[in-house]
Amino acid sequence: MSLFSDPRWSEALAHLPDYLGNHIRVSVTALALGLLLSLPLAIAARNRPLMRGALLGLASVVQTVPGLALLALFYPLLLALASLSFAWFGFGFSAFGFLPAVLALALYSMLPVLRNTITGLRGVEPAILEAAKGVGMTELQSLMSVELPLALPVMMAGIRTAAVWVIGTATLSTPIGQTSLGNYIFAGLQTQNWVFVLFGCLAAAVLALGVDQLLALVEAGIRARSRVRAIAGVLGIAALVAAALVPSMARGPSSYIVGAKTFAEQYVLSALIAQRLQAAGLSATTREGLGSSVIYDALLSGDIDVYVDYSGTLWANQFHHSEIRPRQELLTELKTALARQNVTLLGELGFENAYALVMPKKRAEALGIRSIADLASHAPAMSMAADYEFFSRPEWAGLREAYGLKFRAQRQMQPDFMYAAAASGEVDVIAGYTSDGLIAKYDLVVLDDVRHAIPPYDAIVLIAPKRAGDRTLQAALQPLLGRIDISDMRAANLRAAGGDGASSPDTVARWLWDKTAKQ
Amino acid sequence: MPTPPPIAFAHVAKSFDGGRVKAVDDVSLEVAEGEFLAIVGGSGSGKTTLLRLANRLIDADTGSIRIEGEDVRSVDPVALRRRIGYVFQSGGLFPHMSVAGNIGITPKLQGVPAAEIASGVDELLDLVRLDRAQYRDRFPHELSGGQRQRVGVARALAARPKIVLMDEPFGALDPLTRDALGDDYRALHRKLGLTTVMITHDMTEAILLADRIAVMRAGRLLAQGTPLQLSKSDDAYVGELLRTPRRQAERLGVLLPRDGAA
Repeated sequence: MSLFSDPRWSEALAHLPDYLGNHIRVSVTALALGLLLSLPLAIAARNRPLMRGALLGLASVVQTVPGLALLALFYPLLLALASLSFAWFGFGFSAFGFLPAVLALALYSMLPVLRNTITGLRGVEPAILEAAKGVGMTELQSLMSVELPLALPVMMAGIRTAAVWVIGTATLSTPIGQTSLGNYIFAGLQTQNWVFVLFGCLAAAVLALGVDQLLALVEAGIRARSRVRAIAGVLGIAALVAAALVPSMARGPSSYIVGAKTFAEQYVLSALIAQRLQAAGLSATTREGLGSSVIYDALLSGDIDVYVDYSGTLWANQFHHSEIRPRQELLTELKTALARQNVTLLGELGFENAYALVMPKKRAEALGIRSIADLASHAPAMSMAADYEFFSRPEWAGLREAYGLKFRAQRQMQPDFMYAAAASGEVDVIAGYTSDGLIAKYDLVVLDDVRHAIPPYDAIVLIAPKRAGDRTLQAALQPLLGRIDISDMRAANLRAAGGDGASSPDTVARWLWDKTAKQ
Repeated sequence: MPTPPPIAFAHVAKSFDGGRVKAVDDVSLEVAEGEFLAIVGGSGSGKTTLLRLANRLIDADTGSIRIEGEDVRSVDPVALRRRIGYVFQSGGLFPHMSVAGNIGITPKLQGVPAAEIASGVDELLDLVRLDRAQYRDRFPHELSGGQRQRVGVARALAARPKIVLMDEPFGALDPLTRDALGDDYRALHRKLGLTTVMITHDMTEAILLADRIAVMRAGRLLAQGTPLQLSKSDDAYVGELLRTPRRQAERLGVLLPRDGAA
């Protein structure tokens, strides 16, 4: 079987118009905005040493902020701005997806453009500047017809660098809700679909190289004073932008958007919900790889219509409760709290995806560890690993307090690698997820939470305020409620992590539907 | 009432670096209509500064400068520069513009129609003796030094100025080119009835081309007059400047017998 007969290639290809189009849209807009900001600033600063230093310093500082963090910072910032704008002017805007991505990327693009524009303009010989003055040019005429044309080759080099940076960094805008080629990479990493990861990287690289070459053509045209080449390059870029805009116009605006967080189970469940909506004759798309803190706000503001969250997560993160309630009580209270924000808690799917302390079964038996209480005395000699958020979550604080846990070392890991790390003995204990199929695969055991320090984590379907009265939507999802039990979900998650052609979220979701709710 | 002189400096001073360097120090000088004046001096003598003051590339600290009777401080500097031709040291051509683009720049800034500029450019190329078809679309880097300077002269003449200022226009050229270009310009000066001020550090060139010579040193005007008047000056520096051309002429007379120099 050849590498390319894998069905995941064609599945990846099917997403290309959407992902690529969005990627180009967000990159081009960000680059245009970056140029619009940088060029006047660079021109104003070229003969002002103080302003020049301040600008370049600021742009360099922005550059040192990791791309992912910069993008993530813009989300809460815009959210605050949006609510201010709503309070003051009576209208809000979406702080989700496109806008924060464009702003962060535009900021990111500024350094090379600023630096090269200033360098280019300052590189124009004084004798030429005096000649411009001498033949009777005004300052503006000198700038427009002498300084800028002479600086253009150097400026273009800066613009090319900025374009490559922006296109590369735009892959990181997926977690803040902007569809991009990063969707392949994030989804691929979560579901161990290396075909997707590779496809996403290749597509982004080809796009960056392509745009770079088109800009190089413009630059060469300018250098060689060949209008034909410069115009060919500009036309190429225009064609690319036009091609990116076409599919977005063709798409209907009334489509339902199903959100998914950044792990495999969420990809499968969002695919399942989208399939159900489509089966009910509704048009539905998924928006995957959303950060856990972004996704609820996205639902509130209507940027997504429906998604699956977990009761304990909302309880602790969204409503800031630290006390643990019995399962049913918590659900009832949560439902009321959600209703106050006009979010509909449609119901539970039937399984829990709780955090759980997990370790190899053999080791646990050998040490006589069955519960977390048993673990506490061994913990000081053990190391523990968890995902990126666990150690900063209230559950960990509660757990530590209830059992007096203290480990020798704590590490953060990509969730998919955690189980293998536990199985191989690289770490002793991990904070795993109860619905994860890898627990069975690696012969691990879930330690009992005898003091009920971990809140219940029922998987629940949430519906956006704007779809509150949508009977068709609710009816379409009704068959899923209470039908997916933990063993089926574990099996589905194991399939999704299979890393082969049958492991795509769509395929697994269809399998899960056939296995459970369909009967 | 007699017409005012095209250029008149009266007690002009200009210093740089907050007054520490006196580039031009109390200079008074008039240039008559149709006159070809050469300003001669070494580097740092203030001759280029004096020229730049005339079309307000820089402004004087004290004193007055009048162009065709008008105080330069009372006119818009951009308009002033457009009506005065200026030839820069080694051309000062815009490297991203063709020969035609360079020559036509001032008329273009004045809003002259493109067709009119194009025919004007061709006439100017004839005037500075460059082949129209061959040079019109070339870029400065494709020209020799002499050709560049011819284009520089054509550009200075494009807006049909009465006054032309030249800053060491032929300084960087080889002797043959320099001689040919100097003669050609001298002919143009007469034909077009120009008033020309030329900066040079070369007294021989000044004597051969100019009607009158002004000698500057350390910002001050030491002497002015025709070559004959200057040769009677008792200023030691002026005498020193004249010694070189004199000695060259004598030695050339001996080394190159008249009948051999055909």
